[in-house]
Amino acid sequence: MTDLIEMTGIGKSFAGIIALQDASLSIRPGEVHAIIGQNGAGKSTLIKILTGVYRRDAGDVRMTGTPLVVTTPREAQDAGIATIYQELSLVPLRSVTENVVMGYEPRTRLGLIDWKAAHARTREILARFGVDVDVTRQLGSYSTAIQQLVAIARAVSLDAKLVIMDEATSSLDDQEIETLFSVVKGLKASGVAVLYISHFLNELYQICDRVTIMRDGQTVATHDVAETTKLGLVSEMLGRDASEIQAAGLTALSGGHGDPGEVLLEAEDLRSKTGLRGTSFTIRKREIVGLGGLLGSGRTEAARAVFGLDALSAGAVRHHTGATLDTPAQAIALGMGFLTEDRKADGIIPHMSVRENITLALLPKLKRMGAVDRERERRLVSHYIEALQIKTSGMEQPIRELSGGNQQKVLLARWLALEPEILILDEPTRGVDVGAKFEIQSIIRKQVAEGLAVLLISSEFEELVEGADRIVVLQDGTSVSELQNPGVTEGALINAIAHHHERSAA
Amino acid sequence: MLDNTAFDLRRYLRGGGHSFGVWVALVAMILFGLMRYENFGGAYNISSFLNYNAMFIVISVGMCFVILTGGIDLSVGSVAAFTSVVAAYLSPYGIQVALPGAVLAGLAIGGVNALFVVVLRIPPFIATLATMLGAKGGALVISGAQTISIDWGSNFTKLGMEKAFDLLPWTIVITAVVVVALWIVLERTSLGRTVLAVGGGEDASTMMGLDVNRAKVFVYMLSGACGGLAGVFLASGFGAGQPLEGVGWELSAIASVVVGGTLLTGGMGSVGATVAGALLLGLVFNILNFENGRGVISLSAYWQMVIRGGFLFAVILLQSHLASRSKGATQ
Amino acid sequence: MTEAIATLRGRFDPSRHGALLALVVIVLFNLAVTPNFFQAQTLFVNISQVATIAIVAMGMTLVIATGGIDLSVGAIMALSGALAPLIFLSDFATANPGLGLAAAIVVPILVALCCGVFNGVLVSVLGVQPIVATLIFFISGRGLAQVLTNGNLQTFTHPSFSYLGTGKVLGLPFQGWLVLLIAVVLFWVVTRSVFGRQLLAVGGNERAARLSGIPVHRVKIGAYVICGGLSGLAGLIVVAINSASDAARIGNLMELDAIAAAVVGGTLLQGGRAPIFGAVLGAVIIQLVKYTLLANGIADEVALIAKAGIIIAAVYLQQARKE
Repeated sequence: MTDLIEMTGIGKSFAGIIALQDASLSIRPGEVHAIIGQNGAGKSTLIKILTGVYRRDAGDVRMTGTPLVVTTPREAQDAGIATIYQELSLVPLRSVTENVVMGYEPRTRLGLIDWKAAHARTREILARFGVDVDVTRQLGSYSTAIQQLVAIARAVSLDAKLVIMDEATSSLDDQEIETLFSVVKGLKASGVAVLYISHFLNELYQICDRVTIMRDGQTVATHDVAETTKLGLVSEMLGRDASEIQAAGLTALSGGHGDPGEVLLEAEDLRSKTGLRGTSFTIRKREIVGLGGLLGSGRTEAARAVFGLDALSAGAVRHHTGATLDTPAQAIALGMGFLTEDRKADGIIPHMSVRENITLALLPKLKRMGAVDRERERRLVSHYIEALQIKTSGMEQPIRELSGGNQQKVLLARWLALEPEILILDEPTRGVDVGAKFEIQSIIRKQVAEGLAVLLISSEFEELVEGADRIVVLQDGTSVSELQNPGVTEGALINAIAHHHERSAA
Repeated sequence: MLDNTAFDLRRYLRGGGHSFGVWVALVAMILFGLMRYENFGGAYNISSFLNYNAMFIVISVGMCFVILTGGIDLSVGSVAAFTSVVAAYLSPYGIQVALPGAVLAGLAIGGVNALFVVVLRIPPFIATLATMLGAKGGALVISGAQTISIDWGSNFTKLGMEKAFDLLPWTIVITAVVVVALWIVLERTSLGRTVLAVGGGEDASTMMGLDVNRAKVFVYMLSGACGGLAGVFLASGFGAGQPLEGVGWELSAIASVVVGGTLLTGGMGSVGATVAGALLLGLVFNILNFENGRGVISLSAYWQMVIRGGFLFAVILLQSHLASRSKGATQ
Repeated sequence: MTEAIATLRGRFDPSRHGALLALVVIVLFNLAVTPNFFQAQTLFVNISQVATIAIVAMGMTLVIATGGIDLSVGAIMALSGALAPLIFLSDFATANPGLGLAAAIVVPILVALCCGVFNGVLVSVLGVQPIVATLIFFISGRGLAQVLTNGNLQTFTHPSFSYLGTGKVLGLPFQGWLVLLIAVVLFWVVTRSVFGRQLLAVGGNERAARLSGIPVHRVKIGAYVICGGLSGLAGLIVVAINSASDAARIGNLMELDAIAAAVVGGTLLQGGRAPIFGAVLGAVIIQLVKYTLLANGIADEVALIAKAGIIIAAVYLQQARKE
């Protein structure tokens, strides 16, 4: 049986930097094929070559035996390859229908668009996924989950032979993920192949047939999923020894061994327009408090409220000094920091140097007669570059040239430079390669031991379960229970979340 | 305007972003004028009002398309000036040559804009700023810095003076046809929907397989052509090509588009609401003239500018207020 | 020798040095071709014409650096230029000449600063798009000026006030020194002061700036206020140079000239960079090209087309470098 897709010897460089070197991929018709690897391993680049976004420098691409010539995304779609990207590749301002049929609209006899038919077709496709919405409304007025399902609906409606899903589940909750999986199974049943890219190894075992592992721009191996272990996959991804990883554990946060001090901040029954409906928790010195919960449960919103970014409609945030927290500037002045989850959107100032990014929140304290005290600034920055092992060619290097992990370290340095009492970390290791991840986690634990209080939000259950000293479970904006380490397991956490799911349904 | 078979007025008004307000304001202003001034609703006032504002309506619609893609066209005023001179020069050959000729000239300048924006990747603000200066210079060069009389003997004069089917002046008829045609393009053709998609998300549109470049080239050339048509109206209205006119027209067009509820960042807007916006801004002047005529207040021409600015300010405040309210409701 | 050239070429950055190179080329060209170029009078004429554009362009650079734009600069110039003669020609001023002169300078600038506050508040607090917000004064500011003067041209002879426009310090026009002074001060602000760093951060990534505790509203308003104030100053200078104030013509199309100068000087439209000396350089280049054409007998209109060409070339080169 000829492979549906066969990519061999693929090479690609960007401005002299090699992204892919002799990479390969083969997908059989009707199979669900996973592709995994760290950030920067080359998965996205390989996919973009297949879909016509990039042009390969070397190698061969064949579809059902014949050479595949694809130079634009449109050609890829016409060839039967549909893609759902990680960043939403739809247009939120346009209606649901438009996003599904755009470029392939049904026509009337006059050649004009037949909206009635378009709406009908869209409703029909979405019904297959159990989605029943007003298709004439703007896509952006719906939740991220619905938007993602619409993206999938578009892909499916294009009669694809191969559907590529790039981190499709990253913004879905468990129920929506189940829906996605049944869609994938349905595609498989109708002979459509699926290329599945994901960080979450658990998902592979649920729906994938084979898995290809990539590392440093090359294809390391391809296995049948049934014959692999999670540990084996991770070691192949990292190029490290399996037993070595097992000994160290998957995170370096080691929660539950600390010695918590006095209460620094108390959030009492927070309610807000951003979705908080009675959230309460305390933050104590020398302790990592985790906020656990599903997507949309209000974790980031709780952090934002505490940091003075969003207004509260009821409830109070009590700081141990008695001061109020109405703006970020006030929160910072009181010794709080907030490492946000999307460093590109609200973390880094791209054109500014590493130095300027590190000292951004510290400016009021570096003032000397209206100007920035360059001497002190340089000393401070050097110290943190070394302490956090930030890989940079110098403090003047523009931050956008750094890798994701190092950018994250710069942002961490920004907050640590304030010598804060309380640090809020929202997905601190997201999009960061495993090496940098360990480093960041160890730094945090060290700071906590020296007195820092941390509020940790993480979608990686392992990070939370192994790293937090206490976990406050949120559901739909309400804090429902609290788990104490040592002794918390992933199962216990999931249970705590699910338990209340059932309760509210009953 | 998403479901054309069942026209739901409420949905239309609500769905068009902030355009609901402009229709209300337009109707209110018309009613106000009808009640207060004797000749407001008379054939003469309506006809001369529409005749004069045809130019602005046309360039506003062209500007709407450009803004919908997330771009901007600062050159329309200068293009109109340039093409008014072209039209005047071509007038001896009759309207059938002068009109297409001028529109083609506008189209060509629009093509230059498209070249700058799409091929050279220059930000639209800068690119059309440059074309604006270039076209202005060009207009002065080809006219020798003088107004160029149209050929009064040719049938070019028919444009402003005669009526199509004895009902409405040709300018109004042509404008109406253009507006309707562009309305159809925006709502019912792939190209039109692509224009909207590009403004709503250019990268996403590329990944969805849409031809982003074609949409961009289209809107800039369209805007140029609209400028060309406005130039023909300008020449016929003044009886001469005007190389120095058109100053500030682009900003009037932008104001009309904004008042009509189109987002300056693109992705959402409508032809109808833009026309309403242009009419609204034109009405402000019209009403001020009537007020002056009444003799109750005597407003110099300068006050009119101030009031126009104040009006825009009021509209902005209103839109910003509505926007913040609706944001709260959906979330 | 070849090594030296190679190093020079390696360190040549079109986005930073392109403008300088262009300037050198133009000057050399003029020295060779244009008659009377290398004369004091030529220099003075050029300096006085460039000064107003350069001053406004520096203010515009700050606004663009925050990710905004200010279309009202010409109108603000007209407003301040109309107010000054009204004040120092008034009865109050003839009775108290010293106070009158001071008021004639201070009041218009205060008014200009207030316009800046208006623009800034609209943009930052109300979240109105900068083009639209500054459009308001663009449309009405000049009208306001004409209302105040009743559309009349005001001419005057007032040696103390005219010093602003025609005075000389160390042999060179006063405005030239003023431009240099302002440039040095603003350069220090942008590169050394906390406000400057905050301004660039706001333009670079506003959300990140807010999260880092930067008072975004205050910073943006500050940029518009400075721009407004500088426009007011430019208006005074124009009036002083001409010894006349015509509200209909002062600052006409200045916003375009200022934006063009800023862009040629290296300002990025999306914000985050504020090359102050670049803005001055941009103004000088545009002015010199205009002068070159004029002095060599080419019509004014063609100069417009040349200006357009320079802008496109400058931006294109900068883009090429970025990618």
